[in-house]
Amino acid sequence: MTQFNWSVINFAWVPILPLIVVAAGAMGVLLAGVQIDDEDSGSLGILSIALFVFAAILALLLFGGRPSLTFSGALSVSSYTAYFELLVLFAAAMTALMSVEYAADQGLAGAEYYALIMFAALGMMLMAAGDDLIVIFLGLETMSIAVYALAGFLRRDPRSNEAALKYFLLGAFSTGFLLYGIALIYGATGSIKLEPIEAALSRPATDNALLLAGVGLMLIGFGFKVAAVPFHMWTPDAYEGAPTPVTAFMAVGVKAAAFAGFMRVFMVHLGPLGPQWTMVLWVVAALTMTAGNLAALVQTNIKRMLAYSAIAHAGYILVGMTAVASPRAGGAILYYLLGYAFTNLGAFAVVVALERRGAAHDDIADYRGLATRHPWLSAAMALFMLSLTGVPPLAGFFGKFYIFSAAIDAHLTWLTIIAVINSVMSAYYYLSVLIAIYAREGGVEPVALRTRPALVAALVIAAAGTVAIGLFPQPYISSAADAFASALSNAPHRHIVLSR
Amino acid sequence: MGGSWLTAVIFTPLLGALFVLAQPEARATWRAGFIFSLIPLAISIYLFAAFDPARASYQFVEQYSWIPQFGISYHLAIDGISLFLVLLTTVLFSLSMLYSGGGDIETRPREFCFFMLVLEMGLLGALLAVDLFLFYVFWELMLIPMYFLIGIWGHGRKYYAAFKFILYTMLGSILMLVAILYLVTAARAHLGHLTYDLLALYGVPLSHREATWLFAAFALAFAIKVPMWPLHTWLPDAHTEAPTAGSVILAGVMLKMGTYGFLRFAIPLFPEIAIEAAPLFLALAVVGIIYGALVAMVQPDIKRLVAYSSVSHLGFVMLGIFALNPQGMEGAIYQMLNHGISTGGLFLLIGMIYLRRHTREIAEFGGLWKTVPIFAAVFMVVMLSSIGLPGLNGFVGEFLILVGTYLTKSLAAEIAVVGLILGALYMLYAYERVWFGPITKAVNETMADLSGREIAVMAPLIVLMLFMGLYPRLLLSRIEPSVGALLGRVHAAQARIDRRQHDARALAALLDPKSVAAK
Repeated sequence: MTQFNWSVINFAWVPILPLIVVAAGAMGVLLAGVQIDDEDSGSLGILSIALFVFAAILALLLFGGRPSLTFSGALSVSSYTAYFELLVLFAAAMTALMSVEYAADQGLAGAEYYALIMFAALGMMLMAAGDDLIVIFLGLETMSIAVYALAGFLRRDPRSNEAALKYFLLGAFSTGFLLYGIALIYGATGSIKLEPIEAALSRPATDNALLLAGVGLMLIGFGFKVAAVPFHMWTPDAYEGAPTPVTAFMAVGVKAAAFAGFMRVFMVHLGPLGPQWTMVLWVVAALTMTAGNLAALVQTNIKRMLAYSAIAHAGYILVGMTAVASPRAGGAILYYLLGYAFTNLGAFAVVVALERRGAAHDDIADYRGLATRHPWLSAAMALFMLSLTGVPPLAGFFGKFYIFSAAIDAHLTWLTIIAVINSVMSAYYYLSVLIAIYAREGGVEPVALRTRPALVAALVIAAAGTVAIGLFPQPYISSAADAFASALSNAPHRHIVLSR
Repeated sequence: MGGSWLTAVIFTPLLGALFVLAQPEARATWRAGFIFSLIPLAISIYLFAAFDPARASYQFVEQYSWIPQFGISYHLAIDGISLFLVLLTTVLFSLSMLYSGGGDIETRPREFCFFMLVLEMGLLGALLAVDLFLFYVFWELMLIPMYFLIGIWGHGRKYYAAFKFILYTMLGSILMLVAILYLVTAARAHLGHLTYDLLALYGVPLSHREATWLFAAFALAFAIKVPMWPLHTWLPDAHTEAPTAGSVILAGVMLKMGTYGFLRFAIPLFPEIAIEAAPLFLALAVVGIIYGALVAMVQPDIKRLVAYSSVSHLGFVMLGIFALNPQGMEGAIYQMLNHGISTGGLFLLIGMIYLRRHTREIAEFGGLWKTVPIFAAVFMVVMLSSIGLPGLNGFVGEFLILVGTYLTKSLAAEIAVVGLILGALYMLYAYERVWFGPITKAVNETMADLSGREIAVMAPLIVLMLFMGLYPRLLLSRIEPSVGALLGRVHAAQARIDRRQHDARALAALLDPKSVAAK
C-alpha cells in the first residue's frame, strides 16, 4: 500500500478555494435538484446565493495579499484576481437573486438553471485568475458553454432559441480566433504563459510578424466576448431572447470576465506592444461607442436598447484600455466595471419586475405611466438610467469621469471628445425611458412586488450601490487601483509558489 | 467665520425634497414644499447680513477632503458675485412654490415639489462650489430635475422641449468636463499633484494654444446656458413649454449660471484669452441684443415674447461682462439680478393669465385693464422694470453696462442702445394689445383679478424692484470688491500681453537692419 502523498494538500490550494466552492457547489446544486421539484426551485436559488456569498468571503480574504503565481505559474494569486472574482460572484449572486421568483414563474428547471449559473461563474473566475493563455481559454469556454445553454433556457420561446443559437454560433467562431491567436503567439514566443511571453517580447529573436498576427487574432477573440464593434452582431438578439436575469448576467458577468482576461493579456503583459495594439483599439473604441449609441437611439424594446447600451459601455471601457499609458487606466476600468455592475443589474431587475409568464412586457411603451402606479420601482429605474447616462453623483458618472481622466492623462484628447459626445447622445435614449415612465400614460401593470421579496432585495442592493459607489467613491477607487497594481507588480515580488 | 451655513443652504432643499415624498396628500405637500423653500431663504438672508462687505476674498469657506486620490475636495465659499445670486435663487424658489401651490400645478404635486427642491439644491451648489469637480457635479445635477419639470408638467411640445434643453446643455457641459480634466492634468505637471481646487488652478502656465481651446470649451458650455446668440435656439422652446415655475427658474436663475460661469471660471482661469476674445463676445452680445428684440417683437405668443426678450437681456449682461471693466461687470451682475426678478415676475404673471384663459395668444386678449385693474397695474410695474425705467431696478444695471461698454468699445454701446429702444417698443406694444383698447372677447369680461395669494407672490418682487432701483449702493458695495479682485487678474493678464507685445516690438526693432546699420 503506497503512502498517501500529503504534498497535494498544501498552500497552493488556498488561493483557489473560491473556485473550488463554486465548482463543488454547482455539482451539489445539480444533485440536490434530484430531490427537489422544479416548482420548489427557489430553495436551490437561495442555496446557490449562499454558496456565492461564501466564495466571495474567501475571495475577500485573498484581497490585498502578496501577489504570486501558483499551479506552475498557470494561476495568478493577486488582488486583481480577487477583485474580479468578487465582481463575478456579485453578478452571479444578483442574477440568482432576481431569478428566484422569475424561475418559479416561468417554470424553469431550477437545478440545472442555478447549476449553469454556477458553472458560468466558475469559468469567469478562472478567466480572471488565469495567467496562462490556455487557462484563460478554458475559463472562457467553461463560461461560454454554460451561458449558451442559459440563453436558450426558455425552451418554448422562439426568441430564446434564436438567442442561444446565434450566441453559440458566433461565440464558437470567435473562440476559434482566440485559440488561433494563442497558437501563433506560442509559435512566436515558445510559451503559453504570460510571464515568459512578456519576457520574450524584448528578445530580438522573437518573430514579430507572427507575434503581431497572434495578438491581432486574440484581439478579435476578446472583441467578440466584450461585444466590441464590429464583432457585436450577436449581442442584441442574444440579449433580447435570453431570460432577463441571464441577460443581466451576460451584460455584467461575461463582460467583466472577458475584460479581466483581455486586460491581463493586453494591458498587463503586452504593454511593450502598446503602440501597436492601442492604435487598433483607438479605432475599435470609437466605433464601438458610436455604433452602440446610434443603434440604441432607435430601439423600442428595452432589452435590445440595453444590449446596445452595453455595447456602448464596452466602448467606454475600451477607451480606458487604449489609455494604457496612463497609470490610472487600469484602476479606472476596474472601478467602472464595479459601478456598471450595480447599475446594469439594477436596470435588468426592473425589466424582470415587469415580466410575467407569457408576457414579456419588454417594450419601452410598456413602461408608460409606471410612476403613477409604482413610484419606488420607477425611482429605482430612474436612478439606473441616470447612472448609465453618467449623471453625477451616481456610480456611472464617476466611472466615466475616472476613465476619461485617464484618457486625458494618456493624451487621448480626441478619443475623449468622441467619448463624451457619445455620452450626450446616450442621454437621449436613457431619458426617453424616464419620459415614458414619468410623463406618459398607459403601459402595463407589473407583477405585484409584494410577492417578490428576492427581486426587491436585488433592486435595493443595486440602487444602494449605485448611489454609494458614486457618492463615496474613495474606498472603491483605492481597491480598484490596488487591484490593478497587484497585477502589474513585477518580477521581484512575483515568485512561483510551489511549482512542481 | 466658521459654521456650516453654506452646506446648510445647499442641502436643506434636499431634506425638504425627501420630506415632501413622505407627504400623504396635496395640501400637506404644498405646505411642506413651501416651508422647506423658506429655510434656505432664511439662511441666505443670514448670509447677506453676516457678509463682510469690505472683503474681496471668499467668505464662509468650508473645505473637507472628498476624493483625495484625485485631489477633489468638498470646498464651498461665497463672495460678492455669488452672494446675491444665492439670494435671488432662494427668493425665486419660495415665490415659485407659493405660486405653484395655488392651482397652477394640479397633477402629482409631490413629485413637483421634489424636483423643484432638488433643482434648488443643484443651483445653490453650483453657485457655491469652488472645486471644479464639485461644481461640475452640481452643474450636471441641476439639468435632471429641470428636464422632468418640463417633460412632466410642461405644455404643448413638452417632450421635444425637454430633450432639446437637456441635449444642448449637456453637450456644452460635457466638453467643459474634458477641458477640466485637461486643465487638471496640465496643472499636475506644474503643481506636482492633482487638484480640482479653483484657487490652485488660477495661473497654471499653459501654452497659448492650449489656453485657447480650454477657454473655448468653458465658454461654449456657459454660452449655451446664457444663451448667447447663435446658441440660443433651445431657449424659446424650453421657456415656452415649461410650467410657469419652471420658466421662472429657467429664466430667473438657470440662465445666470452661464454668465456666472464666465465670471467665476472662464475669465479668471484664462484671462489672457478672455481679453483676446472680448471683441468677439461683444459682437455676439450685440447681435443677441438686437436679434432677441426683433424676434420678440413679432411673437404672437406672449410667453414666447418674454422668452426671446431674455436673449436680448442676457446679451446686455454679456456685454457688461466682456467690457472687462468695473462699471460693466458690476452692471452685468446687477442686471443678472434684475433680469431674474423682472423676467421671473413676467413669467409668473403670464402663468396667472394662462390659468384664467388657457391661452397665451396676445390676440386673445385686449382691454383687460377694465376687468382686472390690479393685475394690469402689477403687470405694468414689472414690465417697466424689465424695460429699464429709471427709478426701477432695470435702469441701474443697463446704465452701468452701457457706461462700461462705452469705455471699451463705444460702437458696441451705441448699437446696444438701439436694442434698449427696441426693448421698450416690443414690451409696450404687447402691453397695449393685452391690456388697453376695447374688450374684444366676451370671456375676458368675467376674468378674475389677482387673488390674495397671487398678490403675495408678486409683492416681494415689486418691493425688490423699487428697492434695487432706488438704493443700488447696498448691493453694489458688496459686489465691488469681488469684481475688483477678478479684474485684478484681468489687468495682470493685460500687462503680460502688453509686455509681450512690447518685447516683440523691441526685438523687431533690434533686428531691423536699418537700426543695426545706424549703430
